[in-house]
Amino acid sequence: MRSLRQALFVAGKDLAIEWRTKESLNAAAAFAVAILLLFSFAFDPFAESTRETAGGLLWLVFAFAGALVFNRGFARELPNECLDALLSSPLSAASLLLGKALGNFVLLLVLELISLFVFGIFYDVRWWLHPLNLAVVCALATWGISIVGAVFGALTVNLRLRELMLPVIIYPLLIPLLIAAIEITGTLLANRPITAYELLWGRVLVVFDVIFTALAMALAETILVN
Amino acid sequence: MREKIVIGLVVAAALLLAYNLYQIFLVLPDEALQGAIYRIIFFHVPAAITGMIGYFVALALSVLYLSSGNFRYDSLAASVVEVSLVFSVVNIVTGSIWARIIWGIWWTWDYRLTSALVCVLIFSGYLMLRRGIDEPTQRARLSSALCIFGCIDVVIVWKSIEWFRTQHPGPVLSIRTGGGNIDPAMEHMLYMNFYAILMIAVALVLIRTRQEATSREIDSLRRLANAA
Repeated sequence: MRSLRQALFVAGKDLAIEWRTKESLNAAAAFAVAILLLFSFAFDPFAESTRETAGGLLWLVFAFAGALVFNRGFARELPNECLDALLSSPLSAASLLLGKALGNFVLLLVLELISLFVFGIFYDVRWWLHPLNLAVVCALATWGISIVGAVFGALTVNLRLRELMLPVIIYPLLIPLLIAAIEITGTLLANRPITAYELLWGRVLVVFDVIFTALAMALAETILVN
Repeated sequence: MREKIVIGLVVAAALLLAYNLYQIFLVLPDEALQGAIYRIIFFHVPAAITGMIGYFVALALSVLYLSSGNFRYDSLAASVVEVSLVFSVVNIVTGSIWARIIWGIWWTWDYRLTSALVCVLIFSGYLMLRRGIDEPTQRARLSSALCIFGCIDVVIVWKSIEWFRTQHPGPVLSIRTGGGNIDPAMEHMLYMNFYAILMIAVALVLIRTRQEATSREIDSLRRLANAA
């Protein structure tokens, strides 16, 4: 319980900084809109085939724009040795990592909401038909992306080639999660009923989230402290 | 001693491989449906198994490094991943050649092909991460963590894509099917070639580990010289 309170404190701190500076969110939102715009040149925005692939397009946008958020997560602690100060505080490494993931999670959800509105307007996709189901899929998949982003944001924070290494490492790891999110979102956006097939993918999302969150907590000390 | 083991392994692998090549190309008959191209299975399957074994050995070594801090485990894990990656690429390339002849395409988004590609991408990232970090302790710690995440992810990919698309031929080895999917003589040769390829892999890992240890020694000497 104490760890969770510490994690919420870290997430609150990150979100407060982001609220004042808006450095990650502005860049990620602009990038997401730019990708959505570019997709409209690659595919006919109103073709039936584009609607079929709408889930895939959306999750690619979320994943690409998300990398900009993760890059800043730990990097903003580098000036003035803030990361060292956080690590030498009574805060546990697992709480710090969880807090960073929670911060990423909220920022990504905001980004997804912005992208969905833009996507609905540009591509005439009625994403609001199944709001609850879509919210559950977004929450599960976004948590998976956030925890992987936090872990590898921490792993690469001190590297010379941080901006290059992060996408190279996280995208292959996110493949099962993105496949699952794309499959379910595609069904919801096409207004098709949820079947056992989609529920199976839902289980993949849950399994991914549970395993990677547990691994991240177990390896937090290794990643951040030693 | 290590050199003698390496030489012994290489000689044994070369002799076994020569015998296998003779059997595969001159003794075994063509397959009834696929003709001569089926022979690629004698390299494709052993390379896949060797690669997968290597990744899970690297996982165990990474856990050992994190629990003990002994750099020998880290050097060994890096060498094993590097060699496994080579065999994974051999697996993908031979599979693509076979697919071009049998299916008429170089690639299809089948679960096994996709998971093999994901493996290669994850562990290429592992090697790139190692190259991107100069400090040995940080390099060992971070790459061990990535190896653990990567191996778990490979299992999830394998299981999840299994529910997604399947075009790849099913398992043929009796150990998985209970028999009847492959001629016993062909299966025997498949195992024989697996042993040869495994011996080559072990020899390469031993050579690569020695190089890794030497480069770490050189690195620490350079640091000492710079500090002096």
